[in-house]
Amino acid sequence: MRIRKFFGAAAVFGSVLFATLSAAPAVEATPKTSVTLGMSIEPAGLDPTIAAPVAIGQVTWQNIFEGLTTIDRNGAVQPQLAESWEISEDGRTYTFKLRPGVTFHDGEVFDSSVAKFAIDRARGEDSVNPQKRYFQTIESVETPDPQTLVLKLREPTGSLLYWLAWPSSSMVGTKSADNNKTTPVGTGPFTFVNWSKGEKVELARNTNYWNKGEAAKLETAVFRFISEPQAQAAALKAGDIDGFPEFAAPELMESFEGDDRHVTVIGDTEMKVVAGMNNARKPFDDARVREALMMALDRNMIVEGAWSGYGTPIGSHYTSNDPGYVDLTGVYPYNPEKAKALLEEAGYGNGFTFIIKAPQMAYAQRTAQIMQAMFAQIGVTMNIETTEFPAKWVSDVFKASDYDMTIVAHAEPMDIDIYARDPYYFNYKNPSFNEVLGKVQQTTDPDEQAALYAEAQKILAQDVPALYLFVMPKLGVWDKKLRGLWENEPIPSNVLREVYWEE
Amino acid sequence: MRILARYPILLAGALITGSLILTAVLSLVWTPLPPAQINILQRLKPPLEQGLLGTDQFGRDMASMLMAGAWNSLSTAFLAVAAGASIGSVLGLLAAAGRDLLQTVLMRICDVIFAVPPILSAMVLGAFLGAGRFTAIIAIGTFMIPVFARLTLAGALQIWTRPYVLAAIGMGRSALRITLVHVLPNISNQIIVQVTIQLGLAILTEAGLSFLGLGLTPPAPTWGRMLADAQTFIGQAPWLAVLPGAATLMAVIGFSLLGDGLRELLDPRSR
Repeated sequence: MRIRKFFGAAAVFGSVLFATLSAAPAVEATPKTSVTLGMSIEPAGLDPTIAAPVAIGQVTWQNIFEGLTTIDRNGAVQPQLAESWEISEDGRTYTFKLRPGVTFHDGEVFDSSVAKFAIDRARGEDSVNPQKRYFQTIESVETPDPQTLVLKLREPTGSLLYWLAWPSSSMVGTKSADNNKTTPVGTGPFTFVNWSKGEKVELARNTNYWNKGEAAKLETAVFRFISEPQAQAAALKAGDIDGFPEFAAPELMESFEGDDRHVTVIGDTEMKVVAGMNNARKPFDDARVREALMMALDRNMIVEGAWSGYGTPIGSHYTSNDPGYVDLTGVYPYNPEKAKALLEEAGYGNGFTFIIKAPQMAYAQRTAQIMQAMFAQIGVTMNIETTEFPAKWVSDVFKASDYDMTIVAHAEPMDIDIYARDPYYFNYKNPSFNEVLGKVQQTTDPDEQAALYAEAQKILAQDVPALYLFVMPKLGVWDKKLRGLWENEPIPSNVLREVYWEE
Repeated sequence: MRILARYPILLAGALITGSLILTAVLSLVWTPLPPAQINILQRLKPPLEQGLLGTDQFGRDMASMLMAGAWNSLSTAFLAVAAGASIGSVLGLLAAAGRDLLQTVLMRICDVIFAVPPILSAMVLGAFLGAGRFTAIIAIGTFMIPVFARLTLAGALQIWTRPYVLAAIGMGRSALRITLVHVLPNISNQIIVQVTIQLGLAILTEAGLSFLGLGLTPPAPTWGRMLADAQTFIGQAPWLAVLPGAATLMAVIGFSLLGDGLRELLDPRSR
């Protein structure tokens, strides 16, 4: 009886399998109008203006939400809901001309009063906007007429147009803003359909999109959340997922190379893997010690060992995506002998022992283990303490600064200004660095800004308040016929507007 | 030697566990290469191409790591079982001697401990003490206590009803003396057999804890963490997963066989 049951089940299973297999080619024949993209991390909410995790923007930014300005795939600022702007001579008045005929998905008309609402919501006293500081210099928001928005600033803010393009600066509707966390309503080319928590977010084409010329080509799009790298690879190979813009495991990339269904596209992200040190704590308050630790690390070997050779070594808190990038990996190149001599000079000839609080993510754990071995060669003992990210890491390291060294990938673009912030978990204080960054905001000239950013990068590379390791690659794997996804990631995002299937 | 030949299971168990223990002890004085030494240019080399058993994702020598892992795994398991067996046995003997109320209270405490899986208690402990050998030993050891307490209680209760014990009671011997002179020697064989069997289980649990990152911290190699690290490399470098997996399997089988063999040898009823 038992055996017969088994055969029965096997027969049913077999026929289902056969049916699925034979059905697959039929689906291929018609041009696909939907895409399923995989992501490693599921966002906790879908409102990028109230919480920091980059996963929120990776689902919603430029798909559901848009801003006054935007950032294109090359990282350049472009007009969006503001079609043009004028900046006053003294750099303290920005007059935006808003695009007419824009409506939110719920029908609300976008005009200057809505823009004022969105900006006031982001900069207000009760605001929980993750980049609230970006709105700090705004003194008042004026709306002379429905298509004109005037921002009066306390002082010139050269990065304002760039900051207004961020997911956290998205334009939200007056009626819908409070519910954006669960049912986001924006002006973008896609509307929110459904969020099955723990599984996927579904989007559909916005048929009333204001920009007919740039309407979405896809009819529907799905973001599915799979955290395990092996499960990601399996879902790709089974065809359940059309692509992973950011695949989780570099060591599994190899299995897609030479695969006739997929392409692998290695791009740059903004994720700077940095081993931050507590500059207020001995011995890390001594620049010589920090320099020695930097020279003890062979960054190329770290990239090779931790991330299978994908990734670009860096010498400062900046990536090649950003304006004014300078390669500073040569400031303190790998040199264990010199590192030892420097430690001797600083009074640590016999080495010292400290703890690194490393989050559980693979890149952090692996990099920490390689660093441990490299530090051991100059007589420094580093013990690894795994610290759960984000909750425990944020409370112990980020908020309380209770740590010697840590390691984390800083995901936010152009965040070199964190070294000027006080308090910030590095406890790095350098007035001349703050001065340079202050100057960046005094000008709106991109070349001048780039030159100042170069100067700032050099100060950090010399001072090494943190050990600069490498920029994480954007490991893209997707179907060969899928077009229009971004190769690089000048800002964490998955922009679907231009995505389509090629026949 | 003749005894061993009459007990093939015991022989097999003794050979496997013996060679493991020897390897573990040897790793303290000699390994082919320092187990923590990384050599990234030689990463993911298959067995025999680089070293006897190949290299891992950081170019560390797998043979050296497995040897050092054997010591870390066995020493943790031994200490945990030693702690669990001694505390558990004392509790069991106490319960048997004390009877009634004490017995009920102790056994209910054991039930509570039994209800919490060792992995879970290790996670709670880890939050307070931080991951490490100490945490692993305490978590596994705690889990062992009720096993030994119940075994000893059951054995001891039987002995307490024997005529010679009743006679001793009649002669006015103290409960402590009866326990030490009559009860313990008569159940020690059972305890020894159980210790052996639990050693295999402890090794498995230790591997599980290390797999979850709750065991020894790097750079100390453990079989469990080697397995965990191997997950995403399994297609490229299957030996990374197969070798520590096989080592764990061998250890568990070894101690299980040894336990069965010892039971055959020591327990007259099963003969």
